[in-house]
Amino acid sequence: MSTAPHPMDDVWLVVPLYNEGTVIGDVVRHARETFPHIVCVDDGSADNGAQAAMEAGAVVVRHPVNLGQGAALQTGFEYALSVPTMRWVVTFDADGQHQVDDVLAMLEKGRAENLDVVFGSRFLDDRTKPSLAKKLVLRLAVGYTNLTTKTRLTDAHNGLRVISRGVVERIDLTQNRMAHASELVAQIGDMKVSYGESPVHILYTDYSRSKGQSLWNAVNILAELILR
Amino acid sequence: MKTLLIQIPLIIVVIAVVARLFSSRGARAQAIRRIGLLLFAGFAIVSILFPDVWNRIARLVGVGRGTDMVLYALVVAFLSSTVTTYLRFRDLETRYTKLARRLALDEAERDFPRDAGGPAGGSPAGVDGGPRSL
Repeated sequence: MSTAPHPMDDVWLVVPLYNEGTVIGDVVRHARETFPHIVCVDDGSADNGAQAAMEAGAVVVRHPVNLGQGAALQTGFEYALSVPTMRWVVTFDADGQHQVDDVLAMLEKGRAENLDVVFGSRFLDDRTKPSLAKKLVLRLAVGYTNLTTKTRLTDAHNGLRVISRGVVERIDLTQNRMAHASELVAQIGDMKVSYGESPVHILYTDYSRSKGQSLWNAVNILAELILR
Repeated sequence: MKTLLIQIPLIIVVIAVVARLFSSRGARAQAIRRIGLLLFAGFAIVSILFPDVWNRIARLVGVGRGTDMVLYALVVAFLSSTVTTYLRFRDLETRYTKLARRLALDEAERDFPRDAGGPAGGSPAGVDGGPRSL
């Protein structure tokens, strides 16, 4: 273990963290069994989440004030870019709704097919069971994203993504709040790089449901995108 | 039928103002805003001296009274002011975000020295792990 580099040594998990103190420790600990490098971007949380993440073995970058999830992702990207050995960035949610196995499959796909980006999609298999209303909003979001960007995806607002270093270098998220997911897709679409999709299972636990974005946010996302 | 006459130019002005403010944010947009403000102030003085001027404009474009005309003008002015403020806030937010990010990254560099590869020292491959880099 001391000579051969870890097989996942070139992978960095970027985890935006905002008031997830109750679960982040377990999420980081579990993910660290597979991925040695995790950077949590604490977005001005009021709880002890940053401390818990640190104790679980993550690097923690702390925003002095709350800036929003998009800003946290961009900060995480810039931190990961400062590590010369980083080849892949994985965007991973702090609330435990993403599966480590899905990330492994996405990385394998990215490496095997020489892709620059692998997007996670809830709609490629039937493991994920969103509510009907949520499904409708997500479908609308996908329709809008496919219409306005140069990409064809089945799930535009999935937080699980595997992005290669070259693409991370060119990403510049300016939408601090919720619209960053669409912005990310749009920027990747403009780069004309190779991308693929991989099925993921989103665990809608009671916890994630209570924290998850309400459907009202769809309106906010649309407004933020139009008033860009 | 009479009010239709005013509706068309008003809608055009609203759209033009919004499009103008959205399309350019440089020195030109700022200059246009300032000229607009000057004209606005000048016209305010004129209308104070000659209150009837609003009535005449109103009749000219087909609105009944001068007070209605003032109301329409205010709506346009308010809208453009709202959009300008929004855009200015966006600019400010971008700068503020960059500042906070720089601060956060510098602090992280201090708290998590790079050669450790992580706070727990979990990864043994921090230093020479990457002959493939660059």
